[in-house]
Amino acid sequence: MPICLQCWAADQGLALIMELFNNLVLGFGVALTPINLLYCLFGVSIGTLIGVLPGIGPLATIAMLLPLTFNVPAVSALIMLAGIYYGAMYGGSTTSILVNIPGEAASVVTCLDGYQMARQGRAGPALAIAALGSFFAGCVATLIIALFAPPLAEVALKFGPAEYFSLMVLGLVSAAVLARGSLLKAIAMILLGLLLGLVGTDVNSRVRRFTFDIPDLFDGLNFVVIAMGLFAFAEIITNLERQEKSVVITDVQMRWPTRADLKASWKAVLRGTGIGSILGILPGGGAIISSFASYTLEKRLANLPARFGKGAIEGVAGPESANNAGAQASFIPMLTLGIPSNAVMAVMLGAMMIQGIVTGPQVMTARPDLFWGIIASMWVGNLMLVVINLPLIGIWIRMLTAPYRLLYPAILLFCCLGAYSLSNSPFEVALTAGFGLLGYIFAKLDCEPAPLLLGFILGPMMEEYLLRAMRLSRGDPTVFFTRPISLAMLMAAAFLLLLIIAPTVRRKREEAFK
Amino acid sequence: MKIRNPKDFYSGLVFIFFGLLAVIISRDYPLGSAMRMGPGYFPAILGGLLTLMGLTIASRALLLSGDGIKAMAFRPLIMVLVSVVAFALLIRPLGLILATLALVVVSSLGGLEFRVREVLLLYVMLAALAVCLFVYSVGLPIKVWPL
Repeated sequence: MPICLQCWAADQGLALIMELFNNLVLGFGVALTPINLLYCLFGVSIGTLIGVLPGIGPLATIAMLLPLTFNVPAVSALIMLAGIYYGAMYGGSTTSILVNIPGEAASVVTCLDGYQMARQGRAGPALAIAALGSFFAGCVATLIIALFAPPLAEVALKFGPAEYFSLMVLGLVSAAVLARGSLLKAIAMILLGLLLGLVGTDVNSRVRRFTFDIPDLFDGLNFVVIAMGLFAFAEIITNLERQEKSVVITDVQMRWPTRADLKASWKAVLRGTGIGSILGILPGGGAIISSFASYTLEKRLANLPARFGKGAIEGVAGPESANNAGAQASFIPMLTLGIPSNAVMAVMLGAMMIQGIVTGPQVMTARPDLFWGIIASMWVGNLMLVVINLPLIGIWIRMLTAPYRLLYPAILLFCCLGAYSLSNSPFEVALTAGFGLLGYIFAKLDCEPAPLLLGFILGPMMEEYLLRAMRLSRGDPTVFFTRPISLAMLMAAAFLLLLIIAPTVRRKREEAFK
Repeated sequence: MKIRNPKDFYSGLVFIFFGLLAVIISRDYPLGSAMRMGPGYFPAILGGLLTLMGLTIASRALLLSGDGIKAMAFRPLIMVLVSVVAFALLIRPLGLILATLALVVVSSLGGLEFRVREVLLLYVMLAALAVCLFVYSVGLPIKVWPL
């Protein structure tokens, strides 16, 4: 009997591996078509570029370029948009190391030791270990997505409306917990986002809500308008407040890491990849928090913590691997549950909706080409990044000499064109300016805009699931507590909230974001 | 009563404003019952919660001290927003080429330096890029010239 059990287990294992293999073959079949390779290359190049340029992040870029992808097949569009996100992680590290300017929020910690290494003449090894660590993390994260996404989607397919509602509550609560700054403000921003999501004609009653009788609002607010206003415009205005800094560029000679460098950093790469993969999957997680967590861990584990901040290669290898793994792993909840874990994923989800794809666990079964194509393209894109980036570092760095006064009018123009082309309506452009104003006020008041965007994307879905759950339970709200999965998720959300109120954890959280 | 944490206090006020606005407006929509929720149900709950959060944040700001708000930079703020609104107003009647001129010139006024030749050169390049990329290659139906 035990032998048969083993046979059975082996059979099951084999079947799983075969399935994974078939899926990856399908994915690479999609990702390796010439047109998709081109879109992938375009995406990672744009991503690297905006990762290098400090004034603009992946979120604004994706929102900006989204209208250009309306006529493109969904797979190609998403491959490109995904490429922008993880490409930006590579680009951001380059400027952190060479000129001490984080091109990307997720590369802030890389400045600490990366720039010190560059000042000691070890820019080459720092850049190389960042690229290699990122590549390794990218490969592992791709595999993790391929392994974990299908079972997760299978579980999610069994969810009823009550489970879905609770899952969204959990997602939003943990997004608030993991957001920077005040928890109360993050929750308020989520609520505001949920409300903004309800603007427009209600699908069930056909009642027009919060439209102020403006026909352009009957179809609701467009997430591109909100993303560009709150992120791109507000950021431009904030940047213009500061004095323009001139960038001093040192000569970079490409030198490979020595054996001692590799020996010092391989463990950090492994740990960073692990941290990134876990924190990326968690709702609210992603690249930024992964890099901070990895740096803190490396510093704690080091024999001589005092070396950190003075050019320790682990301080580059760990966070750089972590941010890339985190960026990619955050695709898991987005693709399998239809729940965005961070603002970039919220925009990706919006992009899928614009393409007419029904998001959620059914994506994998309904559009396997799309799902596996995106995953395979991530691996391809990571390879491209290593191959094109290491030799091209000189060119990327020269981009930095472009003064910001030439850059921001270009960003504004592309945003305006993007907003206008959503529905050929000047109103949407003006509305973007309105959200720019709101975003600037929020920036002044230290209110993170990311939770708002998550709420906005989930708002209509949450209402729909709440409505359905309550109809099924005949108006009994205890349904959310009597169904076990739903209860578990609500308890997890409550636990997270209690955790953050506990003083020790709160101190750690503040430390991590410093 | 003293405002000890201006950032939080005014954030609280902003949230209270939006929360109350949502509650008041959603009173016009049928509320329905818990079993058959009307279009007013969910927004009313959200608006109520948001008002509550705003009140909590604002009242905490009276007790716990925090950073002050840094001065607003009105010049970049106004120039950037005006340039975008100008673009919105001009794109239909005057077309892309002239709307872009307004956008680039006005937004450049928001920066620290304004070099006429540089801005004009930037404008020519951006206008050409915009027309090539958005109108000719992607084929968006945007009017290019005033006529």
